[in-house]
Amino acid sequence: MITGTFTAAIALTASVAASLLALGGPAQAADPVKLIDVIELSGPGAPAGTNWKNGVDLAVKEINAKGGILGRPIAVTHYDSQTNPGATRAAVQRAVDEDAYVVLGPIFSGPISASMQITQRAAVPQIVGGEASAFTKQGNPYIFRTSLNQADAMPKLANYLRDEVKAKSVAVVWINNDFGKGGRDAIIPELQKRGIQVAADIATESGQADFAADAIKVKNANADAVFVYLNEEESARFLRAARQQGIAKPIIGETTLLGAKVIELAGEAANGVKGHVGLLVDAPKPGFAAFGKKYQDAYGFTSDHNGIKGYTAVYTVKTITERVGKFDREAFAKTLHGARIDVAQEPGILIDTKWLENGDVDRESFLVEVTDGKPVVKATLPMINP
Amino acid sequence: MDQFLQLVVAGLATGAIYALAAIGFTLVWQTSQTINFAQGEFVMLPAILVLVGTHAGLPVWAAFAVASVAFVLLFGFGFKRFLVEPMQRHGVLPLAIATMALSVLVKEAAKNGFSAEAQPFPSLVPDGMLSVLGAAISARDLAIVVVAVVAIVGLQLFITRTRTGRTMQATAQNPTVARILGIPVERMILLTFLINAVLALVASYLVSPVYLAKFSNGESIGLAAFIAAIVGGFNQIRGALAGGFLIGLIDNLTAAYVSSAYRTAVPLVVLVVVILVKPEGLLGRKEERTV
Repeated sequence: MITGTFTAAIALTASVAASLLALGGPAQAADPVKLIDVIELSGPGAPAGTNWKNGVDLAVKEINAKGGILGRPIAVTHYDSQTNPGATRAAVQRAVDEDAYVVLGPIFSGPISASMQITQRAAVPQIVGGEASAFTKQGNPYIFRTSLNQADAMPKLANYLRDEVKAKSVAVVWINNDFGKGGRDAIIPELQKRGIQVAADIATESGQADFAADAIKVKNANADAVFVYLNEEESARFLRAARQQGIAKPIIGETTLLGAKVIELAGEAANGVKGHVGLLVDAPKPGFAAFGKKYQDAYGFTSDHNGIKGYTAVYTVKTITERVGKFDREAFAKTLHGARIDVAQEPGILIDTKWLENGDVDRESFLVEVTDGKPVVKATLPMINP
Repeated sequence: MDQFLQLVVAGLATGAIYALAAIGFTLVWQTSQTINFAQGEFVMLPAILVLVGTHAGLPVWAAFAVASVAFVLLFGFGFKRFLVEPMQRHGVLPLAIATMALSVLVKEAAKNGFSAEAQPFPSLVPDGMLSVLGAAISARDLAIVVVAVVAIVGLQLFITRTRTGRTMQATAQNPTVARILGIPVERMILLTFLINAVLALVASYLVSPVYLAKFSNGESIGLAAFIAAIVGGFNQIRGALAGGFLIGLIDNLTAAYVSSAYRTAVPLVVLVVVILVKPEGLLGRKEERTV
């Protein structure tokens, strides 16, 4: 009898343990879900990477405070890509080897192109900040954007130059990397289609410190407007050099040129700059304002578009995983293609966003002018395919 | 023609910064027969120290004052006392390697201790344009050229026209004989290092409002100044001055008339040509050694 009871007790205990294991019992439920963020924390991309990292950390903190994703807390690790394709590849490989559920970042398009095959081979979703049009054209089912593709933004800008600025000729200044070359190759045909002459086509280098010669060339091109497509620090240096050389023509750009960091670095020289912006804490959306305040309180400075991208990348992981109902990378990638996340469903997404089949996003965007050191929204542009 | 004149002035402004840094190479070479590979970081650091001061709550003028004194003490006196003197007795090569280590240390300390991002830096010269021969010239470019030329001409006059300067020269030419003649050699060498620190300070304050203050600024400035010093003549202050202006001009004209992509390569080509044609540099002096 004693033996029978003892055997029954062991059987019962084993049965309960097996049931708990099968259900993913309490110990397993608390296991963190691993996100690895490969981001530009040094090198020319440091301003962008710092904003993105802060945005990621803010979202992770909020989500964990509310119980995590499907009951599991998020554990995020940041690796510095050094804005270097080789270092990015090594960091992405490390992220894959360390069994990341999703890889976040990087932002610079060159390092994205150099590393995205690693996550593709491992079937790990990667949510990046890059705007260059090329990398979502390669048929990689695991790459997703947080920002508009520059090829979608450029027609809006060309229309703006024709209709609002009334420019007949434009000087184009671009940075000679994947981001800048992609932007240059996208804007010039759009300008030409609209009968706008390209008065100067000036390539500059990543990490360039001295823009005096480029500003003098722009000035002497005597175009009706200047289109600037450089990374953050270079944008600020160019604006300072343009001010120093007395360039008085309208300076127009895309998201980066109007970023908070550029405005801070360029100081007075940023006033009057206009352009198209995909994401902006000052845009007329309640979610942006709330995020901007939280970010300012946490880090002591204003988030640029990269802070928003990092923040929404984590909320994208949360929302899509909850739609899938389990932690399954392949199902995650399949679900995110064609998905739409509205603020009404998930406030953390900040602005209604739709992902296309190739990983691009579609959403509203804004025309902005820098006035007294602040980006002021002049108009809201609709989604391309709502 | 207007564009060319503007580019020449902008090139001279860039060159003035290179010249200030290049003279540092010359001064250290003359006193310790070695190359200070941390010279670029010497130009980067003062601006970072000013920003550390303002972030700590100091008024801007106080931050400039504290940073200037701290920098000259640390990288004038401290550099000589704690790096050059202990390493010099082991030969030129260990000392050169020690300056490479110092370069990395200063750069990484600035990055990790302050920021990896570029920072705005207050300008001591207002924006504005001046009309010169029909071309609109940036007031800041002109100011950079004027300040640098005044600093360098002042240094040259100090060295050639004052008793202290002449004893410095004597020390640089032959420390052993200078010591026999009763010249306080150690004090003269210290003075040379302090002058080097002050020139780096001036270069830093002139260039940082335009380039922005960043831990990595020393890399490009140090390389350009090194090339300028070799092209002009490593053992002559006037050579460093000429080399600085020449490389600044080539740099800007290349960016404007060829491409920004070649602005680093063309000065290197000039360097190779000068070494092949006139190894002592354009204004350098041939040095003879007995083996």
